[in-house]
Amino acid sequence: MAELKQLYQEVILDHNRSPRNFREISDTPHHAEGHNPLCGDNLKVWVELDGDVIADASFIGNGCAISKASASLMTQAVKGKRVSEAKELFASFQKLVTGQVSPQESKEVLGKLILFAGVSEFPVRVKCASLSWHTLNAALEDASEAVTTE
Amino acid sequence: MSAPGLPSPGVNAVSYDVDAIRADFPILEQTVHGRPLVYLDNAATAQKPRVVIDAVDRFFRQQNANIHRGVHALSAEATVAYDAVRAKVRAFINAQDDREIIFVRGTTEAINLVAQSFGRGAVGRGDEILVSEMEHHSNLVPWQLLAEQVGAVVKPAPITSEGELDLDALRAAFSDRTKLFAVTHVSNALGTVNPIAEIVATAHASGVPVVVDGAQAVPHIPVDVTALGCDFYAFSGHKMFGPTGVGVLYGRAELLEAMPPYQGGGGMIASVSFEGTTYAPIPTRFEAGTPAIAEVIGLGPAIDYLNEVGFEALMAYEDELVGYAVEQIGSVPGVRLIGTPEERVGVVSFVMDAAHPHDVGTVLDQDGVAVRAGHHCSQPVMDHFGVPATVRASFALYNTPEEIDTLVAGLHHVNEIFG
Ligand SMILES: Cc1ncc(COP(=O)(O)O)c(C=O)c1O
Repeated sequence: MAELKQLYQEVILDHNRSPRNFREISDTPHHAEGHNPLCGDNLKVWVELDGDVIADASFIGNGCAISKASASLMTQAVKGKRVSEAKELFASFQKLVTGQVSPQESKEVLGKLILFAGVSEFPVRVKCASLSWHTLNAALEDASEAVTTE
Repeated sequence: MSAPGLPSPGVNAVSYDVDAIRADFPILEQTVHGRPLVYLDNAATAQKPRVVIDAVDRFFRQQNANIHRGVHALSAEATVAYDAVRAKVRAFINAQDDREIIFVRGTTEAINLVAQSFGRGAVGRGDEILVSEMEHHSNLVPWQLLAEQVGAVVKPAPITSEGELDLDALRAAFSDRTKLFAVTHVSNALGTVNPIAEIVATAHASGVPVVVDGAQAVPHIPVDVTALGCDFYAFSGHKMFGPTGVGVLYGRAELLEAMPPYQGGGGMIASVSFEGTTYAPIPTRFEAGTPAIAEVIGLGPAIDYLNEVGFEALMAYEDELVGYAVEQIGSVPGVRLIGTPEERVGVVSFVMDAAHPHDVGTVLDQDGVAVRAGHHCSQPVMDHFGVPATVRASFALYNTPEEIDTLVAGLHHVNEIFG
C-alpha cells in the first residue's frame, strides 16, 4: 500500500481527473501522436513555438492515470522553456522514473515532476509516464510518424 | 483427484476437492508483494501441475534425444513417447485418425499454417474470408495477410451488444464469394462460448470450410471435433496446463492430404534431390525441423490431468465459480461488465468508472491479484464496446470463491484510491 500511495499521489490523481491544457492547438505545425501498443494508450501533443521558446503546449488523449497526469504536468512544465531546456527536462524525467536519480537530486531541475518518482517502483508503468514526453519530442522534431513505446 | 468413497465429482460442485487440485500446482503456494498469489490471468497462460513439470524435467534428465532419426535406444524411446502424445491428443478431441493431429508452436502457428497452406489454394482474387468480430488477433491477422497475398477481402461477422455472435447476420453474410470462415470457440476477451456445431452446419450448407480457434475452449469444456464437424481446430498447450511452445492443429485428413507443406526442412520429406523433392505423408509433412519434443511430451500429462479431474466435475465447479464472479464483480459500484453472454466460460471482462484498467491492474497486483489489463489482442472487440481496454479476470479449475472475494476487495480499494 505504501508504494501505491507513492505512485498515486494526490496531485497525480487530481491531474488525472482534471487534466490541464487538455485541448488542441489548431494553428501550429508542431504536433505528434504517441501510442503505447501494449495497452492501447494514445495521445496527441501540440506545441506552439515562439522562436525556440515553447509558448504553449497541450494534449488530448486517453490512457491510465499515470499517462494522463504525466502529460498534463508536462504541458505545464515545458511552457515558457526553450526547446533545449525541454529536452533536458525529458532526460532528467526519464532518469527519475527509471530510478537512476533520486527525487532529491533532481528536485531543482524537475520541480513538481518529482511526484513521478514512485513510478520507478513499478517498472511496467515507466512507459505510461514517458509516453507524453516521447510524443512531445516528436512534435518538436515535426515527426510525421506516430511514436510508439515499443 | 476425488478420494475413493466420496460421491462422484460432477454431481455437484460441493464434491469437487479444489484444495487437492491446488496442491498439484506448486506455483500457487507463492506470495506476491507479501500476499498469497491470486492468479486470475489464466486466459493468458495457465499454471502447470506437478505431473507436467515432472514430465518435462524427466525428459531432459533421462530421455533427451532427437526423434524419428536415431537408431539408438534413447531416440527410439523419445520417438515412442512423442508419438504417444499424438494418440492422446486425438482421443482428447475425438478426432478419427492420429494423422489429423499436427504439432505446432501454438494456436498462432496453427492458424498461420492453415492460412498459408490451405488458404492459398482455397481463396482467390475477389473472394471473401469471413472472420468473426470477436477474434483474437491471431485469428484475424493471418487472414488479412492471406487476403493481401491473393487479392481477397476479409469481411467481419458482427457481434451483438451482449458480446455474442449475431447468428442472423452471420447467415446473411455468406455469399458465393465466401471461401472460408474463421471463428473462435470461446472468446478470450468476453468468455462467450459460440455454438460451433450450429455455425459449422450453416457454413457447410454454403460449402464454406470452418477454422475454429479453440485456445480458450480446451481448458474449460470437452471438445469433440467430430461432433462439431469443423474442418480445422487449433489450440495451445500452455493454456490447458501444458508447456509453452507446443500447440495442436487438427485438420480433416482429406484436406490435410491435399495441402502443400507450410515450411520446408528436415523430417517433412520423403526424398530430396536437386531435381525435386517429394514430401512426407501427413502429419509429418507439416512438422519440419526438430519439434518441441520435451513440450509435446509434457502435454501428455496435462491431458491426463484434465481427464482425471473430469470435464463434468470441472464444468459444474467452474460454472458456479464464474457465476459467482460475474455477480460479485458486477455489484461493485462503478463497474461495467463488458460482455454479458448467455453461454460463458473462464473470463469476466469489465471496466470501472473510477480508474483506467491499467491502474486497476496495478492496484490489484499490490493485493497479490494477477489480472490482465489491456485490449487482450482483440482490438475489434474493444472498438465494438467503445472502450480502449478492459480488466480481465480469467479463471481455471484451481481458482476459489475466496480468491474472487480478494479480487472484489481490491476493486473496492480502487474505488477508495480513485473515488
Ligand atoms: C482465443 C485465442 N486465440 C489465440 C491465442 C494465441 O495463442 P498462442 O499465443 O498460444 O499462439 C490466444 C492466446 O492469447 C487466445 O486467447
